[in-house]
Amino acid sequence: MRYSGFRILREALRGHRGWGPAWRDADPQPSYDIVIVGGGGHGLATAHYLAARYGARRVAVLEKGWIGGGNVGRNTTIIRSNYLLDGNEPFYELSMKLWEGLEQDLNYNAMVSQRGVLNLCHSDAQRDAYRLRGNAMRLHGADAELLDADAVRAMYPFLNFDDARFRIRGGLLQRRGGTVRHDAVAWGYARAADSRGVDIIQNCAVTGLRIEGGRIRGLDTTRGPIAAGKVGVAVAGHSGAVMAMAGLRLPIESHVLQAFVTEGLKPVLDGVITYGAGHFYVSQSDKGGLVFGGDIDGYNSYAQRGNLPVVEDVCEGGMALMPMIGRARLLRMWGGIMDMSMDGSPIIDRTPVEGLYFNGGWCYGGFKATPASGLAFAHLLATDTPHETAAAYRLDRFRAGRMIDEKGMGATPNLH
Amino acid sequence: MIIDHPLLGPRDAREFTYLGDAALIDRPDGLAAGAEDAFYDYLYLRDNPAGLHRELWYHEQGDRSWLVVTRDTRSHEITQVELARDVALALGRGA
Repeated sequence: MRYSGFRILREALRGHRGWGPAWRDADPQPSYDIVIVGGGGHGLATAHYLAARYGARRVAVLEKGWIGGGNVGRNTTIIRSNYLLDGNEPFYELSMKLWEGLEQDLNYNAMVSQRGVLNLCHSDAQRDAYRLRGNAMRLHGADAELLDADAVRAMYPFLNFDDARFRIRGGLLQRRGGTVRHDAVAWGYARAADSRGVDIIQNCAVTGLRIEGGRIRGLDTTRGPIAAGKVGVAVAGHSGAVMAMAGLRLPIESHVLQAFVTEGLKPVLDGVITYGAGHFYVSQSDKGGLVFGGDIDGYNSYAQRGNLPVVEDVCEGGMALMPMIGRARLLRMWGGIMDMSMDGSPIIDRTPVEGLYFNGGWCYGGFKATPASGLAFAHLLATDTPHETAAAYRLDRFRAGRMIDEKGMGATPNLH
Repeated sequence: MIIDHPLLGPRDAREFTYLGDAALIDRPDGLAAGAEDAFYDYLYLRDNPAGLHRELWYHEQGDRSWLVVTRDTRSHEITQVELARDVALALGRGA
């Protein structure tokens, strides 16, 4: 069924009896050409692009819970392509372009809102770093504007410009950045993939990988064995557990990142503001809640909840930046599990097991990457060659010394 | 989280900084054969278990001792705290 304004009008006149489920709740078949493990944003996007752009047939997505119930439903919905390094920026800019055409491509309202992402700066050195970054972004076709303090004040007069420690001296603005309704990304990709024959199999956890003679043959699942020509794993947060079934150790630690939302307020904040120096970022959802967060807790965790010191740290950052946030009441807080990689950048690559492919290591930046990650992973699965924008995301780059370390932190996952 | 320091008693985890898997104590010999592979494993690869995890915490805001904390990564429950020095000596790294 194609969604349109006309369709809504027609259904309104007929008592909304014509709407069907957006995708089938498929049962597993005995075998597939390609099986994607993980029905999150990246896995569903991979399935969509495999079917839509690479003509793949007999594709399945396995999800241990329900689709949209993992990290794609736990992030803070921000999209941006404001990276510095050559290995990253073309990939994230491709992702931004895919976001811009996503709703037409999927025929689904994902509420893509290019409301602008502003990174605040507080010193001459930080402004120089942002100038460098902004120029790198523009060289790769992205947009970036360096703002002085007056320009920031004109946008957000309520910020605390004269904080004793971190005076606001300007910022780097990407106007094309913004937010997207995260659940709708999962649902839109699921619907589009399903319409091209992809089986989306929920409540189906993978319990083993069948490997014979160094080649993948299929998977064992809680819903029975499934034979597969190729298997793509896209389960960021739990990559270690799944890849351990293939005997692989990864350059990844799992960490918890907390997020927070206040009660619904009238519109007060029309863009996204990041305050890196204070470990805080914030936007306002279309429903009115202030959605904010800060740093990861910093220790290995699979708990999907964090601890109070980081809650205090994030809220202190919020109070320092926009004191009026103290009047808002916190409605909910939660944690998501991140694949923190050894250089802060992701991995999309083949593995030493023939026919087994890996997509993970997204750190706290996986949501914005969803479309490009899906396209690049589909490209790799279909053609056995890396997508041109993801060629640097190799699994062996740590051994080869080709790290993509935006923050220059080295092999310390909790500091990226 | 409260870490029960073997010398100082229960301390708030925010007094500590976190390094990672306690396997980092067992640094390979840089002069041994196969050192390149051993250091790649040591520096970059992790078991990353969902469950009990032995890990290094540094009491930076306290007595500056290194501890090996055994903690469940699914619940954050801490079941054992040792001085990293004792762990390293037990591994024969004191010589």
